[in-house]
Amino acid sequence: MSTFNTFTSTAYPLPVENIDTDQIIPARFLKATDRAGFGDNLFKDWRYHKDGSRNENFVLNQSQYSGSILVAGHNFGCGSSREHAAWALKDFGFNVIVSSFFADIFKGNALNNHVLPIQVTPAFLEMLLQSIQQDPSTKIEINLEKQTITIENKHKATFEIDPYKKMCLQKGYDDIDFLVSNLAKIEAFEQQHN
Amino acid sequence: MKKTLFDKVWDAHVVDSIPNGPQILYIDKHLIHEVTSPQAFDELKKRKIPVFRPQQIIATADHNTPTIDQHLPIKDELSRNQLQQLQENCKAHGIELYALGHEYNGIVHVMAPELGITQPGLTMVCGDSHTSTHGAFGAIAFGIGTSQVAQVFASQSLLLTKPKKMRITVNGSLQKNVLPKDVILYIISKLGTDSGTEHFIEFAGEVFENMSMEGRMTVCNMSIEMGARGGMIAPDETTFAYVKNRKFAPKGTEFNLKVAYWKTLYTDEGAKFDKEYSFDATDITPMITYGTNPGMGMQLSDQIPKFGDSNLDKSLQYMNFKKGSSLIGQPINYVFIGSCTNSRIEDFRVVARYVQGKQKASNVTAWLVPGSQLVVKQIKEEGLDIIFKNAGFQLRQPGCSACLAMNDDKIPNGEYCISTSNRNFEGRQGQGSRTLLASPLVAAAVAVAGKIVDVSVPILEEV
Repeated sequence: MSTFNTFTSTAYPLPVENIDTDQIIPARFLKATDRAGFGDNLFKDWRYHKDGSRNENFVLNQSQYSGSILVAGHNFGCGSSREHAAWALKDFGFNVIVSSFFADIFKGNALNNHVLPIQVTPAFLEMLLQSIQQDPSTKIEINLEKQTITIENKHKATFEIDPYKKMCLQKGYDDIDFLVSNLAKIEAFEQQHN
Repeated sequence: MKKTLFDKVWDAHVVDSIPNGPQILYIDKHLIHEVTSPQAFDELKKRKIPVFRPQQIIATADHNTPTIDQHLPIKDELSRNQLQQLQENCKAHGIELYALGHEYNGIVHVMAPELGITQPGLTMVCGDSHTSTHGAFGAIAFGIGTSQVAQVFASQSLLLTKPKKMRITVNGSLQKNVLPKDVILYIISKLGTDSGTEHFIEFAGEVFENMSMEGRMTVCNMSIEMGARGGMIAPDETTFAYVKNRKFAPKGTEFNLKVAYWKTLYTDEGAKFDKEYSFDATDITPMITYGTNPGMGMQLSDQIPKFGDSNLDKSLQYMNFKKGSSLIGQPINYVFIGSCTNSRIEDFRVVARYVQGKQKASNVTAWLVPGSQLVVKQIKEEGLDIIFKNAGFQLRQPGCSACLAMNDDKIPNGEYCISTSNRNFEGRQGQGSRTLLASPLVAAAVAVAGKIVDVSVPILEEV
């Protein structure tokens, strides 16, 4: 998996609260048996009208916005555990999601796919959304090592991340590698379990 | 140290703790289905690693299966392929599969409890957020993503940070016609869809103590709709009686030994929770949702809030409802009775008792979808299918069906559906569909009336 450290990007603003994973990737697209191509159907029913035409009012269709950061409202990723939501965001090109609050399962799924969920205060989120909406070329710098997010070199906030998960992102590790390297311990546990 | 029920089960499964990091948690039972497993099997194949403990995995086909003509080949090529892959993967790795048509096939969260796979004190996971259902038995059960499915395949373990603890206590007696579904919809409407995030909930108090196992499953099922990792209820005599004699339950002396252990699974007096809430049972009435998340619920006879932010506006615009209006009298053309929340025998008994001697309204298309083949069998043994037929209802075959509309059971664009399922998100039951969540009793009453009726008045006294 790719490694992750510092980068700067513009962002898409999506100031909607409680965005559930059914909106991120509707269930009818979960019939695939591999991980590829979900980006085409990311936010499908918000991006397209029912007749298949583009909804020009939806942020992902607005040409002034670009980048690999999505800035969204409170409680992002609630609902279904479908990891397809994280795959769709990543496949579309998002590496970072910023919100004032994330649902647990989504947060884990995102991290397992090396998409970084950054939780900021509601006030910082509001400032970030306004900055992007006022000037879509606003540059946002993410520094994983220092755990900071900075708007145009001016407004900086820090964010929390589990130290183990941080190391996984920085080094490109994942949990399977770690767990498989611990099978002897797991087998020993099984002996005394029950 | 005083421990909560959650602490006791969690601590008994910790293999190791990483300093300043997560813990390795051992998983006793892993349930899988066709939608969230194929990419996990691929991951193992790619890394050339075997499934570590195939005998602790049980598979079923449920999310993507038709609910009529299950004996015929599945028309949709992608769905057929997904089921085929599940079959091949299970065969290749020696995993027990209850495929379409198998006598034990059913929705994963209906099938496992009724077969005695779900037991107190276990850790259980599944690539499905409603795995919280199994917490009704005093198990730690939660939904996981596909990467984690692969981790459990590879090691029968997960790397996790221990969640925080919350207790919700409801004391008193429930009023007539108030069902477990109303209890959980009420709690979510009071606390909100993000209130449980980062927490495991324990439901405690007289209401849950007096509830059947099926009712407890309905409640724990919707813990995730508060954002919680899971919900659980301390096992008691009701739990032990339910588990006893089920197919995979321990038998004889072994069962007695297990019960002795299960009796230790309760929250110690004085144990600490990170958050505590309590409610009075007599405040709870039949509920309905009016918006696009499960927290947007109200008493059936109430009005939609008059005031709210842009999120309320967005929801009501989607639902085509007005602030401050009542839903009583709202015409409804679709009724769905099913899903891992409400598709067990007690749910169908409630519906049958209500519709007996009545007729389904002519404008209503009603889908009655039992949770498993065993539920179907019991419905027939009890003659409920005859009652449904006489009242104009058709019983379908088991599966997740219109809860998430992956198969052909889709609510048409713009139509309202009274649904006993768990999510009223935009388009959840089909593109443009509008879902109102309610109990099986409210759903039955709406199916007969063809519109939303107030069930807190004597109309349902006979049930």
